[in-house]
Amino acid sequence: MRNLKAGQKHPVEFELNGRSVKGQAEPRMLLSDFLRHELGRTGTHVGCEHGVCGACTIRIDGRLARACLTLAAQADGTQVETIEGMAPQTGRLSVLQAAFRRHHALQCGFCTPGILMSLDTLLQQNPAAGEDEIRDVISGHLCRCTGYRQIIDAALEAAKSLQKETADA
Amino acid sequence: MKPPPLDYIRAFTTQDILSVLANAGSDTRILAGGQSLMAMLNMRLAQPSILIDIMHVGELTGVTIEHGKTVIPAAVRQAELAEWQGLSKTLPLLAQMMPWIGHAQTRSRGTVCGSIAHADPSAELPLALITLDGEVALRSRKRRRVVQAADFFSGTMLTCKEDDEFIEAVRFPVSDGKAGTAFREIGRRKGDFAIVSCAAIARGKSVRLGVGGVNDIPFIRDFDGLEVSGIPDALNELAWSLDARGDLHADARYRRELVRNLGAQVIGEALQCAT
Ligand SMILES: Cc1cc2nc3c(=O)[nH]c(=O)nc-3n(C[C@H](O)[C@H](O)[C@H](O)COP(=O)(O)OP(=O)(O)OC[C@H]3O[C@@H](n4cnc5c(N)ncnc54)[C@H](O)[C@@H]3O)c2cc1C
Ligand code: FES
Ligand code: FES
Repeated sequence: MRNLKAGQKHPVEFELNGRSVKGQAEPRMLLSDFLRHELGRTGTHVGCEHGVCGACTIRIDGRLARACLTLAAQADGTQVETIEGMAPQTGRLSVLQAAFRRHHALQCGFCTPGILMSLDTLLQQNPAAGEDEIRDVISGHLCRCTGYRQIIDAALEAAKSLQKETADA
Repeated sequence: MKPPPLDYIRAFTTQDILSVLANAGSDTRILAGGQSLMAMLNMRLAQPSILIDIMHVGELTGVTIEHGKTVIPAAVRQAELAEWQGLSKTLPLLAQMMPWIGHAQTRSRGTVCGSIAHADPSAELPLALITLDGEVALRSRKRRRVVQAADFFSGTMLTCKEDDEFIEAVRFPVSDGKAGTAFREIGRRKGDFAIVSCAAIARGKSVRLGVGGVNDIPFIRDFDGLEVSGIPDALNELAWSLDARGDLHADARYRRELVRNLGAQVIGEALQCAT
């Protein structure tokens, strides 16, 4: 077993968006804080810190996770994906991100990184997702600006373009 | 909104877990999916000094069928159970309930056993375990014991688990495929904890109704020889017999109303698919 003592910093290492990263964390440090303060990756937002708002949603080993309900120590040795890894290259948005821009699916943008991670995961797992599946996944997030309609429209359009892309390929 | 200082222990074997639990006291907690515990730590509602992460223990992974029971070990996440091929055949009622447990974003991390250990009165999994006559396999360094679901829960977030024990697995009897089942719940929003949830199992004219969210512990009632015309009266009597209380989410009267309405719906649906 591995025992990390309270009050001391321990090395934490994982793969972040395909690249190995390292830092130091006390056992009680949240993964959301480790990403933002230790690694300087502020794309993952923090709202409620009790799992409800969804702003901090990321992927760990391919599955969705609330970074605020995860210790940095739990992520040691895993593969972590955050919003910073979503755009295919600098200056180019993913299909889903571009659809968000077109449909005004964000206003203040606080909820956006988390919602994009969830919808991106949904569309990877189920490219044929319709409005019901999209609404179901968005129920794990709070957006105080948009009223959700634009988010759903953007996701539906992204699903359609992604289906077309795979059909054409 | 940050956890208190604590030791983090990553266990790799069941023996690791047992030895830490045996040597440490009541301020040691198992950390499974963290979907309830981490929120409690952030809010300082729990202040353990040692956490044992059990999610790297290979022995506690993988759903199996043994001696007529579906066995779900401690490190099985809710999403893994929902994706398990055998679920709708061996446990049709549970398969109907899985999508209602929190959100996709919490099912991907939260475990089945963690929800049973947490014992929230509104949670779906304790309701499923009680309604389906499941059992809890507990283990400490000194002993192993199996507790029936009906005896495991002792109140709101209280169970008969001792401090040096952990839940090794929960087991559900495999369905014989002959019963009709149905589940419904009402919450403010899909994915929120249920205000009231109802699960029904029907065989011929016998119906079992499980009700969550009303009492401290999910409640079951068996109706034998139930006539369709007698359902409203039976449910009205049941609704009043439950100790419904009002809280910030709903008042007692609304909860009774939900027991009558959801109860009638699930009983109707279960009877229909039983025939
Ligand atoms: C936003 C949100 C919404 C949610 N909505 C719902 C909902 O609608 N319905 C619902 O049922 N749940 C809901 N949950 C809770 C979720 O299902 C949790 O996953 C579950 O209650 C606990 O499982 P866990 O594996 O995450 O356990 P943890 O949070 O890791 O642990 C919970 C407790 O159980 C103990 N424990 C865990 N595993 C064991 C074990 N094997 N042996 C002994 N003790 C153990 C821990 O020490 C702790 O006290 C929600 C959670 C969030 C964040
Ligand atoms: S900050 Fe993690 S869910 Fe709100
Ligand atoms: S865009 Fe402001 S909270 Fe969603």
